[in-house]
Amino acid sequence: MEETDESGYPKRTVFVTVGTTCFDALVRAVDTKEVKEELSRRGYTHLLIQMGRGSYIPTKSIGDGSLAVDYFTFSSSIAEYLKSASLVISHAGSGSIFETLRLGKPLIVVVNEDLMDNHQSELAEELAERKHLFCARPQTLHQTIAGMDLESLIPYPPGDARPVAKLINRFLGFPED
Amino acid sequence: MDWGNGYCFFLTLPNLTISFLIIAFTVITIRIVYVIHRSSRPLYTSPPQSLSTLIILGSGGHTAEMINLLSVLQKDKFTPRVYIAAWTDNMSLQKARVLEESLVDQTGAQKVKVPTQFMQIYRSREVGQSYLTSVGTTLLAMAHATWLMIKIRPQVILCNGPGTCIPLCVAAFLFKVVGIRWSSIFYVESIARVRRLSLSGLLLYKLGISDQFYVQWPQLQKKYPRAHYVGCLM
Repeated sequence: MEETDESGYPKRTVFVTVGTTCFDALVRAVDTKEVKEELSRRGYTHLLIQMGRGSYIPTKSIGDGSLAVDYFTFSSSIAEYLKSASLVISHAGSGSIFETLRLGKPLIVVVNEDLMDNHQSELAEELAERKHLFCARPQTLHQTIAGMDLESLIPYPPGDARPVAKLINRFLGFPED
Repeated sequence: MDWGNGYCFFLTLPNLTISFLIIAFTVITIRIVYVIHRSSRPLYTSPPQSLSTLIILGSGGHTAEMINLLSVLQKDKFTPRVYIAAWTDNMSLQKARVLEESLVDQTGAQKVKVPTQFMQIYRSREVGQSYLTSVGTTLLAMAHATWLMIKIRPQVILCNGPGTCIPLCVAAFLFKVVGIRWSSIFYVESIARVRRLSLSGLLLYKLGISDQFYVQWPQLQKKYPRAHYVGCLM
């Protein structure tokens, strides 16, 4: 069942999360007119930003026909926010990525290009190639939103630790099962 | 004749030292080669009852992957267990405690003979720390890791990528060379590493410190043929 807002319209929330990082470029990107207009055009009604340790404060808005914008810094559990979201825009941390994919939510991962050792883009790009998510950069986010086809996404099959457990058991001489 | 003997004596003294050094060096090299060679093959001819296990936790995604692995391992085989996380990381040990408490609930507390331990280790380098000061902190981390390893002396080490696993695994490897304790070291590279190994992974792989090296993406296995491809843990 779809959530509705006070006036009875279906509520479609975009949840933006930067985890415990500082990723002002992403917060700034979702706060731009282009991105907000694009999200509105695609039928999203609310934008909720978890901004972490960043210093850029997005502009709040109650909506009124356009996109409603709200933000917070941290929450002990972002699971509830992810569950109620219709679209998730996340930093490239593997924790956020897999938590979102497990919930089966459409996901855009935005790679932080300011990080020194940017191995995180590897995972996002690989999963994007396998069509489990969309991968963007802060400056190309609005194009990604405009061009994305949510139908093209393939659900991510849950991971399985049994193969590695089996190899460890075999190596140590434990019965494998 | 006397003169000749004296001359020979002065010549043989440094010669003896050099010969001793060469022999010692050869013996140590042979031992290291043997340990690396022996590490890559199964140790036990008959299945052991249980093995003491050290689990090295890292922040964020690393811990989540390790918890996924632990949840499918037979806990009665990998016991007693010791968890280690970095001094600055309280979250990971908290998650391990939650996992261990859920096990106690399942099996009943009376079955736990040796309690699970939780420890913290100095980090060799904090994010953003200068390289000059990190020489000192690395030495400190190495000393701390050796001290912890003397106390734990695990038979199995499970680790998956945080930098804290390097001093611990190096200490464990030295213990193998010296003959204090033989630990089987299992390294699972993080799922976040698709095309290149992490620095920790690269070191353990290249130096032959890990007994078994696992990767979660086929591309990495092609690049590092001694690694085993195990699919995604997450």
